[in-house]
Amino acid sequence: MIRLRHHPLVAVLAVLLLLAAAGCSSSGGKKAEQASQNVSTGKANTPNMTIAMVTHGAPSDTFWDIIRKGASAAAAKDNVTLKYSSDPDSGKQATLIQSAIDSKVDGIAVTLPDPPAIAPAVKKAIAAGIPVVAFNAGIGQYQESGAMSYFGSDESLAGQTAGKRASDDGYKHVLCVIQFQGQVQLEARCDGVKSTFSGKWDKIYVNGNDRPAEQSTIAAKLKQDSSIDFVITLGAPDALAAMNAVKDSGSKAKVGTFDFNPQIPPKIQSGELQWAIDQQPYLQGYLSVDSLWLYKTNGNVLGGGKPTLTGPFVVDKSNIGVVGKFAASGTR
Amino acid sequence: MSQTADVGVKPPPPRDERVAQRSLLSRLLTRPEIGALVGAIIIYIIFFAVAPPFRDLDSLATVLYVSSTYGIPAVAVALLMIGGEFDLSAGVAVTSSALVASMFSYQFTVNMWVGVVVALVVALAIGFINGYLVVRTGIPSFLVTLGTFFMLRGLNLAVTKLVTGNVGTNDVSNIQGFESARKVFASTFTVGGVAIRVTLLWWLLFVVAGTWVLLRTHIGNWIFAVGGSAPNSRAVGVPVNRVKIGLFMTVGFLCWFTGMHILFAFNTVQSGIGVGNEFIYIVAAVVGGCLLTGGYGSAIGAAIGAFIFGMANQGIVYAGWNPDWFYFFLGALLLGAILLNNWVRKRAEAMR
Repeated sequence: MIRLRHHPLVAVLAVLLLLAAAGCSSSGGKKAEQASQNVSTGKANTPNMTIAMVTHGAPSDTFWDIIRKGASAAAAKDNVTLKYSSDPDSGKQATLIQSAIDSKVDGIAVTLPDPPAIAPAVKKAIAAGIPVVAFNAGIGQYQESGAMSYFGSDESLAGQTAGKRASDDGYKHVLCVIQFQGQVQLEARCDGVKSTFSGKWDKIYVNGNDRPAEQSTIAAKLKQDSSIDFVITLGAPDALAAMNAVKDSGSKAKVGTFDFNPQIPPKIQSGELQWAIDQQPYLQGYLSVDSLWLYKTNGNVLGGGKPTLTGPFVVDKSNIGVVGKFAASGTR
Repeated sequence: MSQTADVGVKPPPPRDERVAQRSLLSRLLTRPEIGALVGAIIIYIIFFAVAPPFRDLDSLATVLYVSSTYGIPAVAVALLMIGGEFDLSAGVAVTSSALVASMFSYQFTVNMWVGVVVALVVALAIGFINGYLVVRTGIPSFLVTLGTFFMLRGLNLAVTKLVTGNVGTNDVSNIQGFESARKVFASTFTVGGVAIRVTLLWWLLFVVAGTWVLLRTHIGNWIFAVGGSAPNSRAVGVPVNRVKIGLFMTVGFLCWFTGMHILFAFNTVQSGIGVGNEFIYIVAAVVGGCLLTGGYGSAIGAAIGAFIFGMANQGIVYAGWNPDWFYFFLGALLLGAILLNNWVRKRAEAMR
């Protein structure tokens, strides 16, 4: 069927190979990437156990990826088999917890974005004798659900921290950019900003799945109200869109953001981004697994039943040197 | 490809009342895009009246920019719809192209243009697979491309994680060839103090090319014929399968172009973006007068549809309306535009 010699595909491939051979870049790329400093430690000699981590994270979100990396690092160190699953729909997340109970895991780490929907599944796990810790979401309700520890930040507190910082820096009119409509924790951040910011406060919804649209919408808002002098984005990728939007609209506004990814530190270093409010997702994943391991092997309860805060931690020019190099390898 | 079965050029039939000369106005009013044009003008006037910042030429440039990012793939999606098919994978195919170009150049440390070409091959291959599956299996394209939509969505994330270890690609802005590629796909130039994005020019070019193909070539006749009735077209010798596969590959091509713009405008690509945009492309085509059943529509209409969407999207912000109601206003404006479109078209038909 396919005559290889004259087949157009062969010609295309040949051209590509030639291009690849001729087109080596002498700058950037993988070759320039420094070998990332992986967190590697010894391994515990305790018997292997299985821990399920069930979250409401979107699969392709940098933030959740970092949580997972922290959890995997702790699992590797503690001789734990980690089973990660997630679903942003809380009903489905509860089902995932049920499957973890059914498969008789040794411990469960869960997020509680929607406690009324998820707490019953947590109670079932505890009734089945499986220890549960909560992390990332549900600081106000985890005790009620029966989870023994909580690792994470408080969204309202993080928002208040951002609002206070923006006031202290002398800004007069802040714009809070919400990248997905109808998410409680994002609204809590913006409301937190509102509660502590001394000047005028505005919010705007953008489509976080579409960068050009997001950028243009922020630019439009900056144009519509030229008194806006500070933009707060709620996710790291959105900060980049906001910085571009500021340039596009000719606005004098500065940008600050929640959360962190490898692209953020260079922007803080160059002064394009003022600061980032970090809640240390790596630590949330790591501590969740590690605390369950401690409980199973030594009966310890990290935090003694009280929430263990991993944020809000402000990263700005003064401490970016320490944090930046870890962020570059995608673990911070 | 055989050119003998050219149904586009027929000997002139004897004149009868069906080919009588019509006035320019009547010909204009029966164009598929006329309703959309009226809708666009009305929406423009509304925002011009209620949103002072909307009146700036800079704002118009921003509106045109965001419209162009929808409008470029919408040209191909409109042609495909006229040809009687859907492509639900277009939104994520844009992201796939950007991811492939970025990761290929980064991982092999090769000139950015190599990645750009590899991404083009991948994008055309996605279009080919969509088209091949549709013509070979006879399953409606809505279902076939729904399948490829989910598969691409999974591939975007899984391959990106496999290759980079993260859910987004690395920054490629210091790789050789990035600057020249950025000039082609994502540069900005100023005309009379207004910053114009290069995507706007590309958009116009693609719309003109699409319109020319539809109205002035036999391929255009084939597209209308295939969308009108595939069995009948096949009976008169139209290469139905080739036309359909070609249309899907055209969608692949323009998705690739849009993906390159996103890559060179933002330096990095998040693997989860693009979901949902396929509907915006279809909305642009439908608002612009394409029939969901195929066989009728225009590339200019799709451009006006994208412009309406871009205007509604940005205008609500320029007007400073309550952001909680954003999507409600957006939906209401689009529905209004479609209703107006239908009304104008019916009046135009009645005038004939």
